[in-house]
Amino acid sequence: MAIPISYNIRNLKLRKGLTLMTALGIALTVTTAVFILALLAGLNRAFVSTGDPLNVLVLRKGSQAELSGGFDASLFPTLKTLAGVAKDSHGEPMASAEWVVAIVLPRRDGTGEVNVIVRGMMKDGLELRPGVKLVAGRWFTPGQREVVVSESIHKRFAHANVGDTMQFGKGPWTVVGIFDAGGSAYESEVWGDVNQMASDFDRQGGFSSAYLRATDPATADALKHRVTDDQRLRLEGMLETEYYAKQTRSGMPIKFVGFLVAIIMAIGSSFAAMNTMYAAVAYRGREIATLRVIGFSRPAILTSFVLESLLLSLLGAVIGIVLMLPFNGMTTGTSNQVTFSEVVFSLRMTPGVVIAAIIFGMIMGLFGGMAPAWHAARQNILNALRG
Amino acid sequence: MTLSGFAIKNALRNRRRSLLTVASVSFSLLLLTLMITIWHAFYIDQGAPETVRRLITRHRVSLTFFLPSYYAEKIRAIPGVTAVVPMTWFGGRYKDDRPENFFAQFATDPDEYLKVASDKEVPADQAEAWRRDQAGAMVDIELAKKYGWKIGDRVTLQGTIFPINPELTIRAIYVMDPPNRSFYFHDKYLEEAAPFMKGRAGFFFTHVASAGDVARVSKAVDDLFHNSPQPTKTESEKAFQLGFIAMMGNVKAFILSICGAVVFAILLVSANTMAMSIRERTREVAMLKTLGFTRRSVFSLFVGEAVVLSVLAGLLGILAATGLVGLLAHSPGGIGVVTHMTVTLSTMLLALIIAAAVGFVSASLPAYHASRLNIVEGLRYIG
Repeated sequence: MAIPISYNIRNLKLRKGLTLMTALGIALTVTTAVFILALLAGLNRAFVSTGDPLNVLVLRKGSQAELSGGFDASLFPTLKTLAGVAKDSHGEPMASAEWVVAIVLPRRDGTGEVNVIVRGMMKDGLELRPGVKLVAGRWFTPGQREVVVSESIHKRFAHANVGDTMQFGKGPWTVVGIFDAGGSAYESEVWGDVNQMASDFDRQGGFSSAYLRATDPATADALKHRVTDDQRLRLEGMLETEYYAKQTRSGMPIKFVGFLVAIIMAIGSSFAAMNTMYAAVAYRGREIATLRVIGFSRPAILTSFVLESLLLSLLGAVIGIVLMLPFNGMTTGTSNQVTFSEVVFSLRMTPGVVIAAIIFGMIMGLFGGMAPAWHAARQNILNALRG
Repeated sequence: MTLSGFAIKNALRNRRRSLLTVASVSFSLLLLTLMITIWHAFYIDQGAPETVRRLITRHRVSLTFFLPSYYAEKIRAIPGVTAVVPMTWFGGRYKDDRPENFFAQFATDPDEYLKVASDKEVPADQAEAWRRDQAGAMVDIELAKKYGWKIGDRVTLQGTIFPINPELTIRAIYVMDPPNRSFYFHDKYLEEAAPFMKGRAGFFFTHVASAGDVARVSKAVDDLFHNSPQPTKTESEKAFQLGFIAMMGNVKAFILSICGAVVFAILLVSANTMAMSIRERTREVAMLKTLGFTRRSVFSLFVGEAVVLSVLAGLLGILAATGLVGLLAHSPGGIGVVTHMTVTLSTMLLALIIAAAVGFVSASLPAYHASRLNIVEGLRYIG
């Protein structure tokens, strides 16, 4: 017969100080783990949610990013007229040739300068990205020195309010609007007219990339191959979603450091939990012997103490998660290893993150509780009753 | 028996508990030492004396823009400059896309480069062979070992930024401490294969006469090109690397918050242990006081015990951290700043002081209570 769990709960309550301190120790470790997992979840979302499955991105063959390389502008008309390209609201092929560059912007809080992506696009560029919504001001006018910035650029960088002017290229650009990119990688970009930008940076006659909208997912796949296989073009087509999914490896440094830190802290916390559980067992030597005399079996005692340790770590995990809650949604940035520029993302405590954190905490409890529980179950009844 | 001897004896009384406490605290201190080491490498260490005297000049707007090659001659004319070399990041791939096959490749002018990079050791005949062969390359010895390259081997890179695939012959292998695992070839080769690179370079590496010249020369260079269509940004090699670290996010806040969490965790663990062991010894404390031990000596007895345990844990943690840093620095994937990291003496001392301080603070409250214990009540205490 199993020992009722209320016995363990009462015991944990009895030594409040000890329980709370151990749980806090576990909580700190869980907090660290949640922080790292939430960062990775946010970063993942930034890349995975970017891109429309119908969009085909075209780059020069061999080039891996929009920033590196580029192709001749004369190829664009050929691309536009390929079979499978959808029509835009004016009945023209829905396509946008774009020019992408990284520029340096000063951070608003004065902590330095960061590379940010500036993207010049054609008028279809906006229609190709239906997930992006204007939240303030208006879109840029083609042919004007106007830009729109993403919400997080607006928040994090100086000179990024509507009406401000930004200095890059050959002179000032007026910020006319702010857009919300829904947590995607576009959250880290500044958009303007492609021709204006190219002339500002002396890159007329070339584009970094082109976006084509396919009529349906099957066509998108066919269109991608059509671009890649065309020997005249020497270009490479890929789904926009594939392109961004590849960039998630930008999270690798965070992942590496984060896991190292979390594991070291977890080992430390397991030892602390073990200490507390050993003390709990030592205090209750006579009690455990009495339970044995009454007829509770060794496995029942073992389970009971492991359960108590798990309860302790669960409490720790819950405290840890609650401690992290205020930081949920906080935005931060890291460098994108493909574009060498800043990618902005927010901490996201998804259900997956919370569950992982709880499991992480319970593992510490399990490790910490096993040896003491074993010790409790193996005690000699007579000696313990006498002690 | 002296008081300190008594404290040590007491620390060893409940071996299992002491062991677990030391283990737990030492893991936390391992982490703390690692974090201090990273902080030191990033923000305090100025790098080798050679790197202090080197400046990097790049396009003000972004690293992805090229500068005109003639800037080199203008920079050279600034007093205090001893050598200038144009460099271009090639960013090609070798074999495949996998990150472990990525290494830095630069196109440069061998004559000037060997003057600037005086921290690289190259046999004179190999350096000469590289100078003479326009399709020759110079590689780091660690990189050569990784791919089994020998002098005379042919290596083909695939361009990603440039639409060319250079076919190069290894002419020189250099040794550098720590190794930077990089690959250098002639900028003339790049210019001929990619004609739009004629008269252009990615950035300039400048060597100045003394460390005192760094700030002045940086400013002089940027002022020189301030109003030109290609303005520049010049900074020391270390500051340039820090720029990349800053881009990884708010690293300072990240390190500090981890340190804070770790110190707090040690405090909890240590306080927990001391509270447990003092409670167990309530009767003993009363006995000590009956024998004439003062409040003060009872207090220092327990605090001393906690400090002994945490310093022991500190020593273990520092030892483990030193091992781990050494392992990271010599791992094949180690690049850039990681290879420069060492646990310095001052880092060790700082970690030990933090350990001792935490031990002291954590034991203070329970030890204070023990010292104020009422003798009669203490003797009656049955645990």
